[in-house]
Amino acid sequence: MTNQISLTVNGIQHTLEARANETLSDLLRYRLRLTGTKIGCDEAECGACTVLVDGEPVVSCIYPAERAEGKTVVTIEGLGNEFTAKHAKNAKELEKKEERRKNLSDTSIKLSASLRALSGLNALHPLQEAFVEHGAVQCGFCIPGQIMTAYALLERNPNPTRDEVRFALKDTLCRCAGYPTIENAILAAAESLRTGEPVRKPNIPDSIHVHQSVGHTHRRPDGIEKVNGQAIYTDDLVFDNMLFAKVKRAMIPHGFLKRLDVSKAKELKGVVAILTAEDIPAERNHGLIVYDWPVMVGVGERVRYVGDAIALVAAETLEIANQASALIEAEFDLQPVITNPVMAREDGVPQIHEKGNLLKHIKVRKGDMEKGFAESDVILEHTFHTPTYDHAFIEPECSIGVPLPDGRMEIYCGSQIPYQDRTQVARVMGWDESRVRVVGQLMGGGFGGKEDVMGQIHVAMLADVTKRPVKLLFDRHESLLVHPKRHATQIRIKIGAKKDGRIMASESELYGDTGAYASLGEKVMTRATTHSAGPYDVPNVRADCYAMYTNNPPAGAFRGFGVTQSAFAVESMMDMLAEKLNIEPVELRRINALHVGSITNTGQELRESVGLMECIDKVSSAMCQVSGLSEKDLFKPRVVSDVDEVDLTAKHAKRKEERRKNLSGLRGLSGSNYLVRAWGFAAAYKNTGLGGGAPDISNAEVELYDNGMFEVRSSSAEMGQGLVTVMRLTVAEEMSVPPEQVNVLVMDTDLTPNGGPTTASRQTFVTGNASRYAAKTLRDAITATLAEKYDVKPEQIRFENGIVHANGHSMTYAEVAKEMKAMGQHPRALYEYEAPKTQPLGTGGDMHFAFSFGVQAAEVEVNKLTGEVRVLRVISANDVGMAVNPLGLQGQVEGGVMMGLGNAITEEFLMDNGYVVSDRLARYRIPGIMLTPEITSIIVEHPTAAGPYGAKGVGEICSIPTTPAITNAIYNAVGVRVDKLPVDQESIAREIWEREEK
Amino acid sequence: MTLWQQYIKPKTLAEAMDAFATAPRPLLPIAGGTDLLLDLEQGRHSPVQTLVDVTAVAEMTLIEIRDDQLFIGAAVSVNRVALDPLTVRHAEALTEACDLIAGPQVRNVATLGGNVAHALPAADGTIALLALDSYAEIVGIDDPMAILGNGDSAKLHRFHRLLPLKDLFLGPGKSSIKHGEELIVGFQISLSKPHQASCFKRIMRPQGVALPILNCSVWLERENGLIKDIRIAVGPGGGTPFRATQAEDVLRGRSLTKSTFESALDALLAQAQFRTSARRAGADYRRHIVSGLFRDVIESAWMRAEGKTTETRRH
Ligand SMILES: Cc1cc2nc3c(=O)[nH]c(=O)nc-3n(C[C@H](O)[C@H](O)[C@H](O)COP(=O)(O)OP(=O)(O)OC[C@H]3O[C@@H](n4cnc5c(N)ncnc54)[C@H](O)[C@@H]3O)c2cc1C
Ligand code: FES
Ligand code: FES
Repeated sequence: MTNQISLTVNGIQHTLEARANETLSDLLRYRLRLTGTKIGCDEAECGACTVLVDGEPVVSCIYPAERAEGKTVVTIEGLGNEFTAKHAKNAKELEKKEERRKNLSDTSIKLSASLRALSGLNALHPLQEAFVEHGAVQCGFCIPGQIMTAYALLERNPNPTRDEVRFALKDTLCRCAGYPTIENAILAAAESLRTGEPVRKPNIPDSIHVHQSVGHTHRRPDGIEKVNGQAIYTDDLVFDNMLFAKVKRAMIPHGFLKRLDVSKAKELKGVVAILTAEDIPAERNHGLIVYDWPVMVGVGERVRYVGDAIALVAAETLEIANQASALIEAEFDLQPVITNPVMAREDGVPQIHEKGNLLKHIKVRKGDMEKGFAESDVILEHTFHTPTYDHAFIEPECSIGVPLPDGRMEIYCGSQIPYQDRTQVARVMGWDESRVRVVGQLMGGGFGGKEDVMGQIHVAMLADVTKRPVKLLFDRHESLLVHPKRHATQIRIKIGAKKDGRIMASESELYGDTGAYASLGEKVMTRATTHSAGPYDVPNVRADCYAMYTNNPPAGAFRGFGVTQSAFAVESMMDMLAEKLNIEPVELRRINALHVGSITNTGQELRESVGLMECIDKVSSAMCQVSGLSEKDLFKPRVVSDVDEVDLTAKHAKRKEERRKNLSGLRGLSGSNYLVRAWGFAAAYKNTGLGGGAPDISNAEVELYDNGMFEVRSSSAEMGQGLVTVMRLTVAEEMSVPPEQVNVLVMDTDLTPNGGPTTASRQTFVTGNASRYAAKTLRDAITATLAEKYDVKPEQIRFENGIVHANGHSMTYAEVAKEMKAMGQHPRALYEYEAPKTQPLGTGGDMHFAFSFGVQAAEVEVNKLTGEVRVLRVISANDVGMAVNPLGLQGQVEGGVMMGLGNAITEEFLMDNGYVVSDRLARYRIPGIMLTPEITSIIVEHPTAAGPYGAKGVGEICSIPTTPAITNAIYNAVGVRVDKLPVDQESIAREIWEREEK
Repeated sequence: MTLWQQYIKPKTLAEAMDAFATAPRPLLPIAGGTDLLLDLEQGRHSPVQTLVDVTAVAEMTLIEIRDDQLFIGAAVSVNRVALDPLTVRHAEALTEACDLIAGPQVRNVATLGGNVAHALPAADGTIALLALDSYAEIVGIDDPMAILGNGDSAKLHRFHRLLPLKDLFLGPGKSSIKHGEELIVGFQISLSKPHQASCFKRIMRPQGVALPILNCSVWLERENGLIKDIRIAVGPGGGTPFRATQAEDVLRGRSLTKSTFESALDALLAQAQFRTSARRAGADYRRHIVSGLFRDVIESAWMRAEGKTTETRRH
């Protein structure tokens, strides 16, 4: 007996046959093709799948579809209409939009996705409008859930307080973590809904080096499609005749595959192909630098971590693929498990790779250590530990392989390095690279976690064998098990200083857990090592790092690239030193800060663009300003009565009142006040670009179309960070057109030139420059053509406000395009930008072409009884050279702080003897909006000559000092030194009570 | 995996019992599914043939006053429990507990019945219900009217079993409700009288599993500056949701002062069996922090009871 489900979705009545096992999200996404509703976890944790059922927000991923029978559902796609229907009074606004739509469709021949979205759709709800306007949209993956949840709130409560907004969005996670902007956007939308006025604009200062387009606040080019549900991420794509893949994983941390039997799985109806290691066409391993990661482990071969693939299934449905995978039988000869990098280096332990467990011994040497320590009045030594962390981007990995009739293969995926994916797929398939086209899709966050190939090779193999499109979507569980993480580290630092505060010597020893495979481990741990003496001018430095293989999931790139770990160690050390020397923490950093003329510990002279001191000073005065304290009181503990407590629940005001009454009535019972606050401070630096001698190249192409629109293209990845805005602004600037006249195309190996990897905070710099120079080249070509045609000097050709002036003639770009073509020129320019040369570590030259600097201060409140820690305020100053895209920068800074806060307080990727404990989002907690402190962002702009308009990287620096600022604040509040992350409230409480018992 | 084959949506208790009696097994009732579907998906529960959705069962989705009792249907969402004027007035601790569970999109589907039936010793709704001395109404397919299948609910009503909440639990995750044979229909709580009040609070940790490391709920009645009666629940204070009866005995008939509180705390610590749960909290840590939590909760309840009249304090 099959039931029918009748339901109304976005005003349309549907009657569908009920299916066993179906959730509402599956029905919406796969049957009604309403893919705006996203799946981040499928376990009721993230809120990305939120839709309204009969007006109430619910998680659709665990909502049985049949329960929706007879109900009314609204999804993100229906919100605009819902709004239009309800608020016809805003008709005027609509008219304006309609007009804009017409203008747009007249002018563009090749509509970009965002324009398409705009023209194909009705009005945006003010919430959608506000999310774009305020820069609350980054990768966009969580946004439908945020907006739907906010919508439900505003329907009930048109005038919410900040606290009410937070309470409503409590469990709707955003990993790009622009929580403050999300909050602002919602409040702005609420205001607009109440007043009928257009959504108020955000208040974000322009760059001090502002130009015509760059340096101003502009909307993202992909903003609208990300708020109306039209944005397409890989899993939203469906191809005719598509199969579904499942990877059979070893699920043991270490051993040899003894037996593999796929026969039962093969017999299952609906299974189309099963592949094992024997079926790998050519290269058996993949990897980013070292090819040490088997595409599949074969019988007799070594399994090195739980996520190793041993077989691939392609089937007619995902359910069949899963069943088949469960029917595959495997036996292993288990081996002792290497669980940490220190153990990996011990004598007599199993060697995981042929060349041993040592991936790389990294050394930094500067000056004379013996002399340095001899000259020191104070020497301190301490060891720190950081755990493994997961990127927890809200969009899990997805790849689709599509075989083409001509023998080529298209791979659709979210990738930080499309051209590398192409190379890696081609190597394994034994093909020429040109046979593979990687079509990068919008990415729901990357943060370094989408640099390694995940499913790309597997779908290529399956699609090649079956001659059908094959989709491989990781669920959250698989994502957590398989992809590379942030390295767990052990870092010992020994530091020597003079009484006056000058650091004389810094010695460090680092162990990095690179897990089963190299990934970018060597590079990451190199950064950890070279940055392990902090952003300070230290005459004598010695650092040794052992990047070790273990049987844990691989570790690779993760925002901060190793520096997150070493900054925690060295900045904790700085505070310990400050205390010992009786010098204020801020002062100690001033004394030692890198400045123009300093020599870094790798022997590089800093010749320009060192804004560290300004960051220190600005944060320091901002701390005093927001707290009303003097610099010397900032770091002292302040007991607060819990009446002052900011209670972040909805019933906040009432509870506060109650506490006030309680306290007056019952002082005796309440005992002493146990909430203590203090500030903490930390500084950091981080290279921009690959450095270390690697050629750092990006290509971009700019084209002018007949309708006067420009397109800028590069394969560089947009994962939410806002590169597309940077590219657009850069070209708009160079061509003197409004940004809306520039479309951006990224991440397609057929259509866009190689922009290199999106890593190391390099893209604003290198692809920003490539776009800029490509535009300049095109402008020069236009100049030359027009100068010839009108017989004037090139200097007399002027570009102004979208018009080109030549000797009294004024032309639109559409006319220019025709003119160029008439003269036999294609109005298009490709530019290969190569960043200034760098030198390898150990050669003493310029290891990097630019460094960004960042300083943060955090105010925490510690509960002395329970050890609970709340971060109340964070002040973040970042020297980014120049703020090309201030709105995007704001999002990066806020998101960076939240990721740093997660690193300090909430996150820990738990493992047990090589088995993954944090295998669900419920066991890996990323910060939600409730934990968001008040974030003050200060932009410091010390331009770097080679950067585009002076800009350097920002993506990582803004996340690095957060953790030590927090842990230093905890020490200042209650005297407990956190030397092992994450902060453990139980240990804090225990240390306090043991101390008090004495 | 196919986690369920058939999905039945009864509209009345009689229909639900009918489904229990006749639908293919294995069979389970499903309410919000926020525990159950995850258990099924993540393999902690084997797949079933039939899910019986109780969220549309009329008798189970009511909040109403019956004589001197407040009835809260088991299939009422915890969000509704948190916001309903009747619960706000008569079961403040319960509203506070339900308000803290997850975000609105989970609270709108998670039910109070599911929270109790899952039988975890520190489920927030359960701990509040325990302090409120609630009774669970239970109906099963063994009940004669239910087997008839066509019984009108008024009659069916008589066959409900009424169980004090604390008798419902057998151990962590184990309840005395016969799985797939019985349903919790709802919960009864005595209506709140003047100078009675309750409170619920909890302590979380930001990492790892999203369960409170400790929660506490207190209900008390205040008379002439003394505690006339009191109930204290703490989770997890043992394998089942824990009532600190010895601490209650210490406080009953006395005033709330520093010294009575401390004696009560000693009694609570002596009676509770705090355990160490891996990666969540050590037993000694729980013993340590319970003092502050218990103090906060009892203090709030005490103050509320003083100010509380029969007037509704909110809305
Ligand atoms: C993100 C998230 C956060 C959470 N946070 C919290 C929290 O802070 N505190 C907390 O306490 N819980 C929390 N939970 C757990 C969960 O939401 C609650 O336990 C919920 O109340 C369970 O109700 P349900 O309706 O979803 O139950 P279901 O999952 O539908 O059912 C649970 C079990 O009870 C049985 N059952 C359900 N209803 C009945 C009935 N009427 N009679 C008999 N048996 C029945 C089912 O067969 C099943 O075995 C959280 C869950 C999630 C997903
Ligand atoms: S909550 Fe449904 S996908 Fe995460
Ligand atoms: S914008 Fe929220 S997860 Fe990226």
